Amino acid sequence: MSYLEHSVKSVPSGARKILFLNWPLAVLLVAVASVGFLMLYSVAGGSFTPWAEPQMKRFAVGFTLMMIVAVIPIWFWRNMAALAYGISVLLLVLVELFGAIGMGAQRWIDLGFMRLQPSELMKITLVMLLAAYYDWLPSKRTSRPFWVLIPIVIILLPTFMVLRQPDLGTAILLLAAGGGMMFLAGVYWVYFAAVIAAVVGLITAVFESRGTSWQLLKDYQFRRIDTFIDPSTDPLGAGYHITQSKIALGSGGWTGRGFMQGTQSRLNFLPEKHTDFIFTTLAEEFGFVGGFSLLGLYTLIIVFCVFTAISSKDRFSSLLTLGIAFTFFLFFAVNMSMVMGLAPVVGVPLPMVSYGGSAMLVLMVAFGLVQSAHIHRPR
Amino acid sequence: MRRTKSEIEGSHRTISRRALLLGGAQLAFIGGLGMRMRHMQVEQADQFRLLAEENRINIRLIAPERGEIFDRNGTPIAQNVPSYRIVVVREDVGDIDSAIGELTKLIELDDKELERALAEMRRSAPFLPITIADKVTWEDVSKVAVNAPALHGVTPEVGLSRVYPRGSDLAHVVGYVGPVSDYDLDKIADPDQLLRIPRFQIGKVGLEAKMEDDLRGKAGAKRVEVNANGRVMRELDRREGQPGADIQLTIDHKLQSYLQARLIGESASGVVIDCVEGDLVAVGSAPSFDPNLFVRGISSGDYSDLLNNKYRPLASKSVQGIYPPGSTFKMMTAMAALEAGVITPEETVYCPGHLTVSGRRFHCWKRAGHGSIDLHNSLKQSCDVYYYDLALKVGIDRISAIANRFGLGVRHDLPMSAVAEGLTPTKAWKQQTHGAPWRTGDTANSSIGQGYMLASPLQLAVMAARLGTGRSVTPRLIRTIDGVEQPSGAGESLGMNENNLRKIRGAMNAVSNNRRGTGYRSRIIEDGYRMAGKTGTSQVRNITKAERRSGVIRNRDLPWERRDHALFVCFAPVEAPKYAVAVVVEHGGGGSVAAAPIARDLMLQALYGGPPPLEAYPAGDRARIKEQQDRLQDMEPIANFEGKERA
Repeated sequence: MSYLEHSVKSVPSGARKILFLNWPLAVLLVAVASVGFLMLYSVAGGSFTPWAEPQMKRFAVGFTLMMIVAVIPIWFWRNMAALAYGISVLLLVLVELFGAIGMGAQRWIDLGFMRLQPSELMKITLVMLLAAYYDWLPSKRTSRPFWVLIPIVIILLPTFMVLRQPDLGTAILLLAAGGGMMFLAGVYWVYFAAVIAAVVGLITAVFESRGTSWQLLKDYQFRRIDTFIDPSTDPLGAGYHITQSKIALGSGGWTGRGFMQGTQSRLNFLPEKHTDFIFTTLAEEFGFVGGFSLLGLYTLIIVFCVFTAISSKDRFSSLLTLGIAFTFFLFFAVNMSMVMGLAPVVGVPLPMVSYGGSAMLVLMVAFGLVQSAHIHRPR
Repeated sequence: MRRTKSEIEGSHRTISRRALLLGGAQLAFIGGLGMRMRHMQVEQADQFRLLAEENRINIRLIAPERGEIFDRNGTPIAQNVPSYRIVVVREDVGDIDSAIGELTKLIELDDKELERALAEMRRSAPFLPITIADKVTWEDVSKVAVNAPALHGVTPEVGLSRVYPRGSDLAHVVGYVGPVSDYDLDKIADPDQLLRIPRFQIGKVGLEAKMEDDLRGKAGAKRVEVNANGRVMRELDRREGQPGADIQLTIDHKLQSYLQARLIGESASGVVIDCVEGDLVAVGSAPSFDPNLFVRGISSGDYSDLLNNKYRPLASKSVQGIYPPGSTFKMMTAMAALEAGVITPEETVYCPGHLTVSGRRFHCWKRAGHGSIDLHNSLKQSCDVYYYDLALKVGIDRISAIANRFGLGVRHDLPMSAVAEGLTPTKAWKQQTHGAPWRTGDTANSSIGQGYMLASPLQLAVMAARLGTGRSVTPRLIRTIDGVEQPSGAGESLGMNENNLRKIRGAMNAVSNNRRGTGYRSRIIEDGYRMAGKTGTSQVRNITKAERRSGVIRNRDLPWERRDHALFVCFAPVEAPKYAVAVVVEHGGGGSVAAAPIARDLMLQALYGGPPPLEAYPAGDRARIKEQQDRLQDMEPIANFEGKERA
């Protein structure tokens, strides 16, 4: 279903668009970001530098971006989808060619004022392109093999490029988000059974490749998997991070040890405490109450998005909103599973809370798209 | 391309259905995350809290101050004095090589120590202080302190170090401390945690080792918060340790000092015991060594010099050394015979200069013999034949039993290293250890303190004290521990017949004060302080028949290690004994010449509590004594504990 079939006269125009914004969603985003500021302030030992202040500035920029994206009609973004995807793929190629070496993986392009991670951008543009694709595709053809093969190629192309960087976390996220889009579009479930079988096959292949010349993952990634399976085998080496993370989380108890009183984070037992492991600091200092509240905020964001999508009559808007919500879900679900010792440490940040420019800006742009879909929904 | 209404609605339904399905799955997963969070944070919270506390809290031991040791008048014998070291914190220094360069311009650094420090620095965390120079003099510390602004990260630190201000004077009594070794740890079943502290000092030898438990004290502890790198962030709380107990000895350091000085040039030992309390007032052994060398870490050259010296400076001869007591044992043979009632003091024995016992000829030291002789004269002139005769009448077992009651052949319980038991042989002992029956000849030999008979100078001093008092005077070395008075060594009555004791004492008085007594030359002439003694000269070689025919070789013609030991025991004043003294000069020759003068000088020094007036000495000796006093009073102990002195 497309806007071509709807009257656009009832859509608000000009400054009035702001009034039609999905305000509860905006407030939830501010709330989640504020939790982030608080935790970044805490892990810096009660200081706005070096993390909380830049993060707040970026959030301000991100919020502005969200507004700009929101007031631009959603059909413009639909038409931009293929271009956005193409640019993202191009940037991934550029990263491969010119990318700086950081953390043992080529991940960003230095733009001077910020470091751009094309892989972050890819998460959104992939969802955009798939939403546009299924909006264009007559629903009868959705499950036909040829029309199923096309989105698979769209998904796997960036996935393999990200895997080459290597960034296992993002690769998994792209696969899952793309798969989610296809599921939402109504692709026959048998295909998913086939894909899951393929994934299982791939995992087997990855483990089989270990120690051979065609090794698919780097050694550090294998070690992360090993220590995930049994962190106690190497409590001072590779398993140290996850063990310390669990100690921090568990020692929080019901109400936590108090703001800036978390010994695990304050005494540097926690790794990457301002990025991937920031949730452990929250859980340590504010306990189950604090951790569960953040989980609640995230859930509300998902719920709002799902209801907006279902109530929308436009297929592109629905698919895009659902896809962004699912990507958002994947972010925090993987991150939390990781710090709770349920998943390997793959390097996925906690959305809107972890310190990091690209991820936050891209997410704000994505929610700008959700807002745009909401404002410009057919009435 | 227009789409039909049904197609639009159909696809909307599909998307909504799938959206709810996926949304439900997401909620389920979120629920799972919440459950996991609750499980970890509520059910397992205590367990994780404990792990977090274990992470951050470290317990550090605080070494207690070691107890100090004083002499009977409160003069320090072993002290803890501030010792300075230079420490370097790598992360504060920056360029370590240039910092060491700067430091070398100021003070002298030991190459080995420096190498060790650099190696340690490479191994340990950059914020840990590493000792780069230990036991540094005050001047060097001042130099570093003055230049502190230029030497960032280099700081002087103060600790406590053991020092023995009397140096070599009490080395054999007090011993020394040293850092704990693996060997020490192996010997202790359940070592105190303190011993795990690197370079912790424990008593190695002597009283320092024997009284270790009292001297060490109890460890304190502090709980500190550390970060993931082990850096101490803050101190949470501390429990002070309990310092070790101070120990006051019975030793009088002035007398001890005099004793050590008097023995210089000899391989000898002497013991002065208080007859009233059993206090050991002086326990000396020569040559001696400086215990401070060991605390600092003795060089292997110095150590092997001490070890290979034929006069055995490391041995505490006064308690470890055991010698045939020779004629000083004759009081025991006489006492045994008198107590057994086999003779009376007035009975005489004819001494022709020798006695044949089961076919073997036993000689008297006087070849011409003493003629008819009674107890009093036999002791005064030290006639051997009289005692052969006595011993054959009373038997070895009764002699040894009496000797044991006078403190010979029993180990006195003193907190010194390797206190010897000595030996008073019995028939059963010989059967057991040698597998051979006791011979009558053995009895004859033993009666004059030869053969198997062995005693330490300490035991001889105790014997003299018991003879003088009639009580079982027990030696004690420690007067108070932590201010608590230790049991007196006055002892009970020995239960000997007082008449018999009086006879022996009279004879001993004659040894020193009768013109024909063997100790007459070393008498005290001050009336109230007259002493009773007994000389002893114990052979360390057999004199063959051939040698006897051609004339016994004189001591000074023999090599040192084959000469006789010189012994002397005495107590004074005769009427009410205050002190008993025993002196043994290894291979010194005759007891009356080599040992008695030392014992007499010691006795006078003890009785007067300092240098005695010359009038107490026989007139003829005064000039020589004056010269000796002048020489000895100024003598300082060998002690070098200030400043660093490296080989």
